[in-house]
Amino acid sequence: MEEKKHLLEQLHDIQDADKEHHLSTKKVVELSEKHGYSPAKVYGVETFYTMYSTKPRGKHIIRICENQSCHMANAKNMIHHLEKKLETHVGGTTEDGLFTLELSSCLGMCSVSPAMMIDDVPYGNLTEDRIDEIINSYKEGK
Amino acid sequence: MAKISSLEELRKIRNDAKESMKTRSGNAKVRVFASMGTVGIAGGAREALKAMIDELEKRNFHDVEIVEGGSMGLDKEEPIIRIERDGFETTYGKVTPDMARQIVAQHIINGQMISEWVIARNEK
Amino acid sequence: MKIYRIHALICAGGQCISAGGNDFEAALRVEIEKHGLEDEVQIVETGCMGACEMGPMMVVYPEGTLYINLQPENAKEIVEEHFLKGRKVQRFMWQKEDGHFPTLNEVPFFALQTKIVLRNCGIINPENIDEYIAYDGYTGLGKAVGEMTPQEVVKEIEDSGLRGRGGAGFPTGLKWKLTAQAQGDQKYVVCNADEGDPGAYMDRSVLEGDPHTLIEGMAIAGYAVGANQGFIYCRAEYPLAIKRLQKAIQQAKMAGLLGKNILGTDFSFQLSIRIGAGAFVCGEETALLSSIEGKRGEPRKKPPYPATSGLFGLPTLINNVETFANIPVIVSKGSSFFNAIGKEGCRGTKVFSLAGHVNTTGLIEVPLGISMKEIIYDIGGGIPGGKVFKGALIGGPSGGVIPSSQLDVPIDYEHLNTLGAIMGSGGLIVMDESSCMVDIAKFFLQFTVDESCGKCTPCREGTRQMYEILDRITQGEGVPGDIEKLESLGKVIQDTSLCGLGQSAPNPVLSSIRWFRDEYLAHIEKKECPAGVCTMKKTTTTKEEPRRGRKKAST
Repeated sequence: MEEKKHLLEQLHDIQDADKEHHLSTKKVVELSEKHGYSPAKVYGVETFYTMYSTKPRGKHIIRICENQSCHMANAKNMIHHLEKKLETHVGGTTEDGLFTLELSSCLGMCSVSPAMMIDDVPYGNLTEDRIDEIINSYKEGK
Repeated sequence: MAKISSLEELRKIRNDAKESMKTRSGNAKVRVFASMGTVGIAGGAREALKAMIDELEKRNFHDVEIVEGGSMGLDKEEPIIRIERDGFETTYGKVTPDMARQIVAQHIINGQMISEWVIARNEK
Repeated sequence: MKIYRIHALICAGGQCISAGGNDFEAALRVEIEKHGLEDEVQIVETGCMGACEMGPMMVVYPEGTLYINLQPENAKEIVEEHFLKGRKVQRFMWQKEDGHFPTLNEVPFFALQTKIVLRNCGIINPENIDEYIAYDGYTGLGKAVGEMTPQEVVKEIEDSGLRGRGGAGFPTGLKWKLTAQAQGDQKYVVCNADEGDPGAYMDRSVLEGDPHTLIEGMAIAGYAVGANQGFIYCRAEYPLAIKRLQKAIQQAKMAGLLGKNILGTDFSFQLSIRIGAGAFVCGEETALLSSIEGKRGEPRKKPPYPATSGLFGLPTLINNVETFANIPVIVSKGSSFFNAIGKEGCRGTKVFSLAGHVNTTGLIEVPLGISMKEIIYDIGGGIPGGKVFKGALIGGPSGGVIPSSQLDVPIDYEHLNTLGAIMGSGGLIVMDESSCMVDIAKFFLQFTVDESCGKCTPCREGTRQMYEILDRITQGEGVPGDIEKLESLGKVIQDTSLCGLGQSAPNPVLSSIRWFRDEYLAHIEKKECPAGVCTMKKTTTTKEEPRRGRKKAST
C-alpha cells in the first residue's frame, strides 16, 4: 500500500504551514485540483471537524478545556481570565495577531485540571497567575 | 537495532536486554550495599564502588543490584561494602578499589567469599 | 554492556510534562553532570506512572524510592543527598498518614493495582524498543507467527474472555472470529485511538507510555484475521502520543517486527497512523472508518458490521487501544493466565481514570468485578476535606451515575447495565456533596449536543430539546411534567438514534433522574438547588452554535 496522506492529514499540513493557521478557499481548491477531489466534498469535510478553521487565526492557538474535570476545577474562571488578559472572546484573535482563543474537548489532562494547550504544548494546574506568566512568556518570544 | 530474523534471535536479544534492567526488576541474584556516609566517602568509598562497577562491566555480569546506604556506624572499618548472595550477608571492611575488583571476581560472580577481608557474616 | 547503579525513572506522561516535568529533568541532569555521576546514574523518561496529581514524579531504583511534586530546585538536594550519599530526601517523598515513607510498591494506590495494560507504563522508556523487548515485548507476536496457526490465536483470545474495552464490551474473540471468517483477500485491522470521553485518558497513557504494546497487539490481530495492513486512528489533540507512535513504528520496522516476512515467516504487516481533527463522534467505529476514508465522520447503519464490510467496504477488525494492549500478554502467557483475573463473564482488568473529588486522582488498573467502594476508598484514598460522597459518574457522556447506595456493586458490564450506567472507556468522576446532579447531567448533555454529527433527527433535535428543558430547570424555570418529558424524550432518543452516540446520550440524564429524582424535584417545585451550584435565575446566555449538528457555513 502506498503511503499517500489521507485528506484529513493533508488539510492539517496545509493549515499548519499557513501563517494564519487556516484553510483558505484558494488552498482548498488547489488541493482539490491536485488530487482530483470535489471542492464541495473537501469543504464539507473541513467544516465538519472542529480543528480546521476557515477563518484566519493567530500565530498561536490556545485550546482551553471546558469539559467535565476541568469544569469541576473551575475552568470557567480561567476562561474568563484568559478573555480578559487577551482582550478577546472565545473564538476570537488578539489584536496583535499573536493568539486565537478556542475551547477544546477533553485534553486528557484531568488530574492537572484546569488545563490548556498552546499549539502542541500542554499546560496544567492553571491559576490566574500561571496563565499571566505563560501568556507573558509567549509575548516576550520565549 | 538490526533486523530480527527469527523467534530464537528475539529470545536471545530479550535475555541480554533483561540483564541490563535488573536494577528495576527487584530480583537480582546479588545485592551490593555500599556504605556512603561522610567517613566512607572520605576513605575512598566512591573509588571502590567505581572500580566494582567497572569490573562488573568488564566481566559482563549484570545480575546485580547496587544500593547505597548511609553510614553503618562502623567508622573505623570504612569503606564498607556488604554482599547479599545465596542467603548470606557478608560485610567487607576497608575496601580499596583493588579489593573491590577481587570481590567482584571471586565473591559476586563465583560465590566464594574472601575470608581475610570479612568483618561480619550472617544468614539473611 | 553499561551498568548503571541507579536508574532514575522520570514520568514523562502528558500531565507531568504540563506540570513542569521537563524543567525538573533538565535541572537533574545539570546536577548529575556537576557531580560527575553520568556513568552511574541512568535517567529514563517513562510513560505515565498513574498518580497524575503527584507530578512531576520520579522513582529511583533499585530501592523504588518515590519522589513527588518535584520542582527544578529540588534536584540539587536529591543528587547530593540521595545519589551521592544514599540518604533519601524525605520531604520530597510520598508520605502516608501514619508518617511512613513508602517505596513505590508499598503505596496503596500502586500496590492494590493489577497491571496488564499498564504493565510497562512508568517502568520503561517508551522510545526504546530494547526496553520493551527486555520486558518480554514481541514474544507474543513471535509465539503467534512462529508456533501457532491463525485459528489457534483466535481461539486463545476467545478462551481468554476478553471483551472490548472501548465501551460496548463486545466479546473480542468473537469479533476476531467473524473477521477471520469473512470473505475477502484484503482485510484491515484498525485501532480506535480517538479517545474523546471527557475525563478519560487511559488510551493516551498507553500510546505515550508503551506504544509497542499496541503495535504488537495489532500485528497479532493481523495474523489471526488475515490482514496485512493496519491503521491507528489517533485524535489530533494527542500530539505527544502521535510522535511516540511514529517513533515506535519506525523502530519496529527496522527490527523487522513490522513489514515484510516478520521474524522470518510468511506473515507481513504494515502499520500507518491516521490523525483525526476534533470530532468526538469519530470514536464511533463506523464514523471512524468514514474519517479514515477522508469523509465527514458520519456513522453508517449497522448491519453490515465492519467485520464483513468496513474500511473501503472490506472486512475490517476494529478494536480499542486498551483491548489491543491486552493481546500480547494473552498470547504469550496463555488465556488461562488472563482468565484467572476478574470474575465470570468479565475477565481481566480494566483501566480507569479516577478524577474529581477524590484524594488520589490518576490512572488505575484493577481486576474487573472490584467494587466502586474499593476503588474510591482503598485505592483513591477517599473523599478529601471530610466531605460526603454523593455519586460516581462512570462512562462519561454515555454513562450514568452510581449513588452511595450502590457502592458495593461489582464493576462489571452486566451489573453496570442494571444500574443504568455503562462501563464506557473507563472515565470515573467522583462527586461529593458540593456537586449538583442536574448541573452535571446538563453539562454532559451540552457536550453531546455539541458533538452530534447531525445526520439523524432523534439525536440532532432530541438532545437539543432535552438540553433546553434542563437549562430551564437550572435557571429556576422548571415546571411540573418536565421530568416525565425528559424521561419519555430520552427513551425515544435511545431507541431510534442511528449510532451509539445518540443511543447513549440520554443516559446521564435518565440515570441521575433515577437516583436523584428528589434533587430534580427541588429545582422544579421549590426553585432550589440543594448543592448551591445552579444560579436558579434566568441568565442571558449567548447561545453558541453547536459545533457540528447544525453548523452554518462560515463566510
